[in-house]
Amino acid sequence: MSNTFLILKQEYLKRVKKKSFIILTVLMPFLIAGVYGLVIYFSVKDDTEERTIAVYDETSLFLGEFSDEGSTKYHFIPKEEYAGLKSNLKESGYYGVLYIPANIYTSNQAQLISDKQLPMELAEQLERKLSRFIENDKRQKVVEESGIPDLERKLAETRTSVTLSTLKISETGEAKKSSSVVAFIASYSMGLIIYFFVFMYGAMVMKSVMEEKKSRIIEVIISSVKPSQLMAGKIIGTALVGLTQVTIWVVLGGIGLVAVQGFFSPDTAQQMGQSLMESQGAMNPAMTQAAQSNPVNEVMEMIGNLNIPLILFSFVFYFLAGYLLYSSLLGAVGAAVDNDEDSQQMVFPVTFPLILSIMLLFPIAKNPEGQLAFWTSIIPLTSPIAMMARIPYGLPAWELVLSMSLLVLTTIGAIYAAAKIYRVGLLMYGKKVNLKELVKWLRYRS
Amino acid sequence: MELFEARNVEKVFASTKALTNVSISVKEQSIFGLLGPNGAGKTTLIRIINQITAPDQGEIFLEGKKMTRADISKIGYLPEERGLYKKMKIGEQAIYLAQLKGMSHGEAVRNLKMWFEKFDIMPWWNKKVEELSKGMQQKVQFITTVVHRPKLLIFDEPFSGFDPINANLLKAEILNLRKDGATIIFSTHNMGSVEELCDNIALINKSVKIEDGPTDQIREKYKANLFDIRYRGSFEKVEKALGPAYQVIKHTESEKENLLKVKYTNGSSHNQLLETLLPVIEIRAFEELIPSMNDVFISAVEEANKK
Repeated sequence: MSNTFLILKQEYLKRVKKKSFIILTVLMPFLIAGVYGLVIYFSVKDDTEERTIAVYDETSLFLGEFSDEGSTKYHFIPKEEYAGLKSNLKESGYYGVLYIPANIYTSNQAQLISDKQLPMELAEQLERKLSRFIENDKRQKVVEESGIPDLERKLAETRTSVTLSTLKISETGEAKKSSSVVAFIASYSMGLIIYFFVFMYGAMVMKSVMEEKKSRIIEVIISSVKPSQLMAGKIIGTALVGLTQVTIWVVLGGIGLVAVQGFFSPDTAQQMGQSLMESQGAMNPAMTQAAQSNPVNEVMEMIGNLNIPLILFSFVFYFLAGYLLYSSLLGAVGAAVDNDEDSQQMVFPVTFPLILSIMLLFPIAKNPEGQLAFWTSIIPLTSPIAMMARIPYGLPAWELVLSMSLLVLTTIGAIYAAAKIYRVGLLMYGKKVNLKELVKWLRYRS
Repeated sequence: MELFEARNVEKVFASTKALTNVSISVKEQSIFGLLGPNGAGKTTLIRIINQITAPDQGEIFLEGKKMTRADISKIGYLPEERGLYKKMKIGEQAIYLAQLKGMSHGEAVRNLKMWFEKFDIMPWWNKKVEELSKGMQQKVQFITTVVHRPKLLIFDEPFSGFDPINANLLKAEILNLRKDGATIIFSTHNMGSVEELCDNIALINKSVKIEDGPTDQIREKYKANLFDIRYRGSFEKVEKALGPAYQVIKHTESEKENLLKVKYTNGSSHNQLLETLLPVIEIRAFEELIPSMNDVFISAVEEANKK
């Protein structure tokens, strides 16, 4: 036991003290936060570029309708100037020219001319302005012609927007507000996290075994400790490295979250919401109203309605079992081969179920009750990822129990087989290893 | 007293026999040479002693008791294929390996510092293995083998990779270790070092032990009744005197003295040979030729292969 501990400590310190580990661990959250931050920043950020758009209006109806908007200014120009502008737009200082043809009421067409690639936002903004103006104008005429009093208000009242809140009835008959979107995000991200960790740390175990075999130190080591102790120390030590990394990320993430909340104060959030609503059409009062009931709370409520203890428990369970299963198999592969090319060949069949389950993660999370989801979450080699994708949606208890028991049994079997292969393989050099050979090793007496 | 004993050890790999009914016993504080051609089964035997593999049959004993897993901390093993963690600092690495053999951290550091000083490699304590020369790595490896003061030391080809100066240093250390109470089993193809160091040997060929015993007795056993005689006088007289019972292998003449290499073919003795020659020549030197371990090795293996 003390030997296992020594190895564990050694493996752990070796990795944690590495510069690359420290850099990756510290930088990763910043990198991710940075990427998301940039995306959010640019989507929220006001377009501050100063632009002046020349407007040539053949209908003369829009004059005055185009008030300056933020950093975009409109300048109405006569026909003569328009003709000249078209040929020397660059020197004119205008950002672009909006041409409103005389027949816009019937053709529903206008033109925006520029020598630059115009931002989509600007075009949308103009389209919205023109459409709204024409629509209002036409409606006004209809209202006047009909002679019905208060028609304008009555029409406005007919506008309807239905919000669907999804409720899920649990086995106890209790209805809870659930959101497929929240569950989907939870499923998908947990599946991904398990995939990355199992893959990354499993590969680390394999590399560590290969390194010992390649440098030939292995013979000295296993003349001091049992191969099983060596393997256990390695696997646990590496798992602790992963745990350390996750802990650091959680702590950094927590700090980051607080910082972000401080930065996006409630005011900013409201602004964000409003500008969003505006762009989606302010003519939709129902939606605006829905947005006013704090969306953050809504999401928090939906998250709260997920079965958090179960999810956390399963996450830890599938994470550990999946890691144990794959790292012991990969450790055995590392022991069986003695060069990198062979290892590539052997790694693929071992990790294939893992890759398969990550490819199927999307369809599984989209339809968590389907046949595909069922089988992949029961079969032990894919279940660590597939089952995690299903749990946020909730599932019958027997399926979970079956999946977990099968996984535990398979993991125990895999560790046992891997230990045998490991023992034989460590001192086997210059032998091309294939499946038949491995089966033979399993039958060796140690 | 026997420190180590292997009784009737058998080991089969797939279809090849690695060891067939091999027994050896090693006296305390002696140096035991495990000899044999490549692939004879030496490394397998060594791995069995180290509990890396288990024998199919037979038993091994340390200090009179059946060996268990717990005994491996009493063994120091230097494998033929050396290796250390390339990226690890050598001091740190040596401490780790000593701890795996059951030493406490403090004890390991103290002993290691002593050895590092002795081998003049203290300045390399914080260097990584990959920065060291091969010879330096061998020194580190040797230190990690002996630092936990094992009762039984097993060296597989200890001199390979050492230059003659360092090989001598190593030899001296091996003798020192014995003086301090260690028992040593070593396997080598360097027969010169066997003659120099080994008290006893066992010769294994094709999984079978074909010879064992004290080194000098074995050499005695393989002697071919060859004599080197330096004399003054006439060779013709010598030839006449010797007759058919003796066979002249080689004869060289020079101004100062002549050299004769002779072998007796049937039952004769040193004295009879002297008596035959004394009347006819003046004998300046008379020496029986004892075969080197190299000769013993070759003739024993060739004989065994003929059978």
